[in-house]
Amino acid sequence: MEGHSVYVPKSGFTKWLEARLPIISLTHSSAVAYPVPRNLNYFWTFGAILTMMLVVQIVTGVVLAMHYVPNAKLAFASVESIMRDVNFGWLLRYMHANGASMFFIAVYVHIFRGMYYGSYKAPREVLWILGVIIFLLMMATAFMGYVLPWGQMSFWGATVITNLFSAFDEIIPGVGTWIVTLLWGGFAVDNPTLNRFFALHYLLPFMLAGVVGLHIWALHHVGQNNPTGVEVKNIRKDTVPFTPYATVKDAVGVVFFLILFAWFLFYIPNFMGHADNYIEANPSVTPAHIVPEWYFLPFYAILRAIPSKLGGVLAMFSAVLILAFLPWLDTSKVRSGNYRPVFRVFFWLFVATCVVLGWLGAKPAEGGYTLAAQVLTVFYFSYFLIILPLLGLFETPRQLPGSIAEAVLAKKAKSAAPADASVNG
Amino acid sequence: MAETVPSAEPTRRDFLLIATGAVGAVGAAAVAWPFIAQMQPDAATIAAGAPVDVDLTPVAEGQILKLFWRGKLIFVRHRTKAEIESAAKVDVASLRDPQPDSARVKQGHAQWLVVYGNCTHLGCVPLGHQGQYEGWFCPCHGSVFDTSGRIRQGPAPTNLPIPPYTFVSDSKITIG
Ligand code: HEM
Ligand code: FES
Repeated sequence: MEGHSVYVPKSGFTKWLEARLPIISLTHSSAVAYPVPRNLNYFWTFGAILTMMLVVQIVTGVVLAMHYVPNAKLAFASVESIMRDVNFGWLLRYMHANGASMFFIAVYVHIFRGMYYGSYKAPREVLWILGVIIFLLMMATAFMGYVLPWGQMSFWGATVITNLFSAFDEIIPGVGTWIVTLLWGGFAVDNPTLNRFFALHYLLPFMLAGVVGLHIWALHHVGQNNPTGVEVKNIRKDTVPFTPYATVKDAVGVVFFLILFAWFLFYIPNFMGHADNYIEANPSVTPAHIVPEWYFLPFYAILRAIPSKLGGVLAMFSAVLILAFLPWLDTSKVRSGNYRPVFRVFFWLFVATCVVLGWLGAKPAEGGYTLAAQVLTVFYFSYFLIILPLLGLFETPRQLPGSIAEAVLAKKAKSAAPADASVNG
Repeated sequence: MAETVPSAEPTRRDFLLIATGAVGAVGAAAVAWPFIAQMQPDAATIAAGAPVDVDLTPVAEGQILKLFWRGKLIFVRHRTKAEIESAAKVDVASLRDPQPDSARVKQGHAQWLVVYGNCTHLGCVPLGHQGQYEGWFCPCHGSVFDTSGRIRQGPAPTNLPIPPYTFVSDSKITIG
């Protein structure tokens, strides 16, 4: 998409560099002149927040790796020494551990934002699928990171999750066991497992950074969606330049998010963790109540809702992968939930379902809890497979505004505010 | 530049493409092999699986001994008369993973049950003497095993498997 201005090198050095590597003009066109819909709300700042969190995780992670020892006999003690002996080690580790949670809070807001405003619809399917890949890589990274401190939850989490693959024995006998042995590098979760998880935990965030690059490339190629879901028609009227408008708004979002992060970090750093992980891994005793990190709980609830092993595993993986098919499951031509009265009700029911499934995932798998999880699992999949395909055919959407500018001006007129020069800018 | 005329005859370029592609595919597979094989248990891990001897004399009736072989947890359970009887009287055909109790112990040693100690669902350690059948109960997702280590309820698909072992004498077994 063309932007609001074009970079012209002025000094001798920039002219020389531009002729050889046009990096300044690339930065200018994608971070300064890039046209941003003028009506974006604060939900659109989560992209910047996520980028920042990836940087936070990589910086704190690389520093932690300088003190951490990936050996089953030493790992737990090395994390304790990070907490007690290393200068500011407690801060760095709490930043990394809580940073992972904050990263997931941001990604869930970002995903639900996309689902509400129909950001996955043409021409943004590839952008959306790259997002699903980012989500998968994040889950794999966080899972392996959580194994590293080698506490009880680390060990048993690793055991339960790697054992998921043994369900494939029910399709072709032996295949599941073969995969699990391959993951473990032994006959149980042990030192070889910890070693390879550390190597992969170090690697995956950089692959993540690569996919984020593709995600942003795709975004800048098709342009951002916006709360009306109406495409940009006139760059001058419907958009503003990225800098200063989006840059400053993103910065405000980042600051508020950092305040929340700091509150967790300094006041309740173990709130999102689990006390059992301060007990060293013991392969002969499983903690009475094992739960994954909070961000996996809805999927864990789906796994446990299905009474068969293979069925549970397939349902859990499908619950994530189904997101990739969303662009083709939602048949409505209208993007934004603001103009879809019936969709909006189901959307919020879906959000509630995910939250309640998360709560159920932390409860023991028995009686009423299991039944509730089963009902909600059915709703979760129905949302994608029945409700969205049918709604597009039967729902009557509200009248869409003619353009983004029209929607913005109508809103201004309604609030009867005195004329604001920036609206015409 | 020379014109490339499409011709029905295979050209030298076609030959080079197919030959290079074929060699490349074989090469890729040959290189992938060691990269996958290195993930399998290494020689030291396998060597750690040398047979272990277990002295049964200190295990009192009703007790469950936990030990490790090849890094895997094993239960050695000294079953009481009542536990053996309740395991024997089950209608085998009604089980999820049908196996008579007699096939899960060594002949003449019915009081000794030796099984792997990880739940066949997702690998947690089930708690002994708990659950409806007082065999084992897995706290993770609620699988219930009987006093023969057979799955009776919950998500686990199979019975607790039996490791390879032999009786060296009446009070000593060798696992592995
Ligand atoms: C996508 C980015 C990342 C996520 C989501 C993530 C997540 C996690 C999580 C959840 C833990 C467990 C924290 C705990 O409870 O103690 C962890 C630990 C760890 N991570 Fe990361 N991580 C990321 C990037 C990195 C990178 C790039 C490195 C670089 C080497 C790294 C190095 C470590 C180390 C050494 C530990 C063990 C120390 C500890 O437990 O605090 N991480 N990570
Ligand atoms: S691991 Fe035992 S029931 Fe799931």
